[in-house]
Amino acid sequence: MAFVSSGYNPEKPMENRITDIGPRHFSDFLPPVIAKNKGTWLWHEICEPGILMHKAESGDEVYTVRCGGSRLMTVGHIREICAIADKFAGGHLRFTTRNNIEFMVGTLDEAKKLKEYLNSQKQSGGSHRFPVGGTGAGITNIVHTQGWVHCHTPATDASGTVKVVLDELFEEFGQMRMPAQVRISMACCLNMCGAVHCSDIAILGYHRKPPVIDHEWLDNLCEIPLAVAACPVGAIRPTKKEIVTEKGETKTVNTVAIKNERCMFCGNCYTMCPSLPLSDQTGDGLVIMAGGKVSNRISNPKFSKVVVAFIPNEPPRWPTLAKTIRQIVEAYASDARKYERVGDWAERIGWERFFEKTGLEFSEHMIDDFRDPAYYTWRQTTNFKF
Amino acid sequence: MAKHATPLLDQLQSGPWPSFVSDIKEEAERRHKNEKNVEYQVPVDVCDDLLGILELSYKDGTTHWKHGGIVGVFGYGGGVIGRYCDQPQMFPGVAHFHTVRVAQPSGMYYTSEYLRQLCDLWEMRGSGLTNMHGATGDIVLLGTTTPQLEEIFYELTHNMNTDLGGSGSNLRTPAACLGESRCEWACYDAQELCHQMTNEYQDELHRPAFPYKFKFKFDGCPNGCVASIARSDMSFIGTWRDEIRIDQEAVAAYVGGEIQPNGGAHAGKDWGAFDIEKEVIDLCPTECMWMEDGKLKINDRECTRCMHCLNVMPRALRIGNDRGLSILVGAKAPILDGAQMGSLLVPFIKVEEPYDEIKEIIEGIWEWWMEEGKNRERLGELIKRQGLAKAIAAVGLTPVPQHVMEPRHNPYIFWKEEDVEGGWDRDIADYRKHHQR
Repeated sequence: MAFVSSGYNPEKPMENRITDIGPRHFSDFLPPVIAKNKGTWLWHEICEPGILMHKAESGDEVYTVRCGGSRLMTVGHIREICAIADKFAGGHLRFTTRNNIEFMVGTLDEAKKLKEYLNSQKQSGGSHRFPVGGTGAGITNIVHTQGWVHCHTPATDASGTVKVVLDELFEEFGQMRMPAQVRISMACCLNMCGAVHCSDIAILGYHRKPPVIDHEWLDNLCEIPLAVAACPVGAIRPTKKEIVTEKGETKTVNTVAIKNERCMFCGNCYTMCPSLPLSDQTGDGLVIMAGGKVSNRISNPKFSKVVVAFIPNEPPRWPTLAKTIRQIVEAYASDARKYERVGDWAERIGWERFFEKTGLEFSEHMIDDFRDPAYYTWRQTTNFKF
Repeated sequence: MAKHATPLLDQLQSGPWPSFVSDIKEEAERRHKNEKNVEYQVPVDVCDDLLGILELSYKDGTTHWKHGGIVGVFGYGGGVIGRYCDQPQMFPGVAHFHTVRVAQPSGMYYTSEYLRQLCDLWEMRGSGLTNMHGATGDIVLLGTTTPQLEEIFYELTHNMNTDLGGSGSNLRTPAACLGESRCEWACYDAQELCHQMTNEYQDELHRPAFPYKFKFKFDGCPNGCVASIARSDMSFIGTWRDEIRIDQEAVAAYVGGEIQPNGGAHAGKDWGAFDIEKEVIDLCPTECMWMEDGKLKINDRECTRCMHCLNVMPRALRIGNDRGLSILVGAKAPILDGAQMGSLLVPFIKVEEPYDEIKEIIEGIWEWWMEEGKNRERLGELIKRQGLAKAIAAVGLTPVPQHVMEPRHNPYIFWKEEDVEGGWDRDIADYRKHHQR
């Protein structure tokens, strides 16, 4: 493994240095029909699941074939995507904000052939490589975060939980029988790199044990005032403690003390201080939230609400998670009206009915008690259903 | 033969959805075969060790990645996230496994030629594992070592004309929906504005000077396909302020069942014949639509542009001609004080080159936040702490009813001294002349 230089000279880092150029301009990458008709599109339709047609003022039509992708993908997989783009779509492709892959072609016939080809591609273990779908009133790809694959704060894995839920809901990706689109998102801890707080259904990794304190190292690795300030509930205070070190010496160290009963397990202290890890095999697991959305259509954007307080981590296939999500989806699909998102449906029938129809159990954990917004979620009326 | 047995992960190779485990295993095999004689700059078994450490997490239910380390490229304070595993003896191939965030073209269109260049680079100088794309929008390259960082940056900038993305207390890599490139609802060129603002603020993106992270996202219309209202400190959402354009012939075609509603999005279930009263007019949140002599009428002044009728009848209804965008501020995930959505700051602004008016708003907000924001305080939290009126004042706008859903519930108004006649400087002796103690 001999070092191969790119041309960079570490002796003179500023020599020929190029900085602050930003991303490539998108016009370098647009397929010709897209570049030609940009800004003059008239309307679109979904010809069949996974195939969209856009019509431009010029009369041009472009057919888009959408297929699912794992957000975590290898260069080998990307090369396959490139080969498909070359073979079918003039060497162009795009990714959607939900980690789907889109190829654009000129006719419906070409699109159907491409769809057939994509659906025929299988991985070594038998899974689809490029399942076509993710359009219209169906369930599209689940956006997610890094999880155990690459992050220091997760309470669960992201790629694995998403894989099992999409396995469970696979047929919904390729059809459009839902009352409206169902957006599912996954974030592996409360930091929510995936911002799942406004999704129809959200899967959230959550810790349930307060940080364990590495007293011997804390003062060496952290700024104690920053760790104290990081706690939103004032549970952390500076203290001195007599400890026995790993080498067996007794000494007094500057460290922190934590009022465990105040902790709501957000992990913000760990972000500021590596000597306060939270993760724990039995403490960690999943929260399910539902009824959020970002679109302004019909009703205002909404936050997701906690509907399942805790599901244990059950790797590798998280059966309780997959089953619970299926339960919510089926109750929604059979009861909601056309165009009604999960949150709109829950609000129309009332959350008391939501729990009844989904078969989910309500508990004290679903009653908000975190600061002012909590009050606005309690029922200040006698209008409720038995 | 795989380097590590992965009986738990192997169970994720079944089921119809694409398996990241199969993909990584295939990549591990390709690296060992090395048919192209790549001069790998990180360990050849990096993918094997990644699977090994992930298997360990599946077994013990916890992560094995350490808290980040500070690594990066010269002159930048972001774009690379240091990552080390906590079992380097067992998994030396991923002992150092840094992430590189690469700025994506807005709208995420690519040519295969460009992506192959990226694959060549990342195969040789990294693990070959990526995210296409990360949640913020970047191309994420997962797993390389410190000595490779400058080399990767050099190749990206010199050979691919591409820069790193943002991380840390910076402007994070902005993202846009696909906008006008392939959508009839784009009320402005979201891709172009995203690109221009990304380049205008390269210094803010690469060199941390903010109290905390700051995100821009650009949605072409109120449907919000990049979810800007939920996940960007400053959310730019396209809108219009004149009339929805109506093609009455197409309306009649929808009513007559000749065109499928909602672009055929509901084709997987028999919802019965299209009923314009039930599906459009009755669902209009402002009740501003009606049928008259077989024609659809809209009282546009009452319309709040929710997009429902346009979504249901894309061939009959089109966005207005007087287009621009609304700016909302302060969205963020729950850490720390609970989740926030963007609050309306600028009801309407035109999107015209060189975008000076938009830049003034951005810079006004930044100036206020950098002056008043505490360390690690997101813009939304500052707005909550000091009040929306302060944000409105910071950009020199006049408060209007559009800024609120309803007026305040309490009379606890923080009057300023200059607002009150005679000021606050009073003499107790004067008071006592008329009021005995």
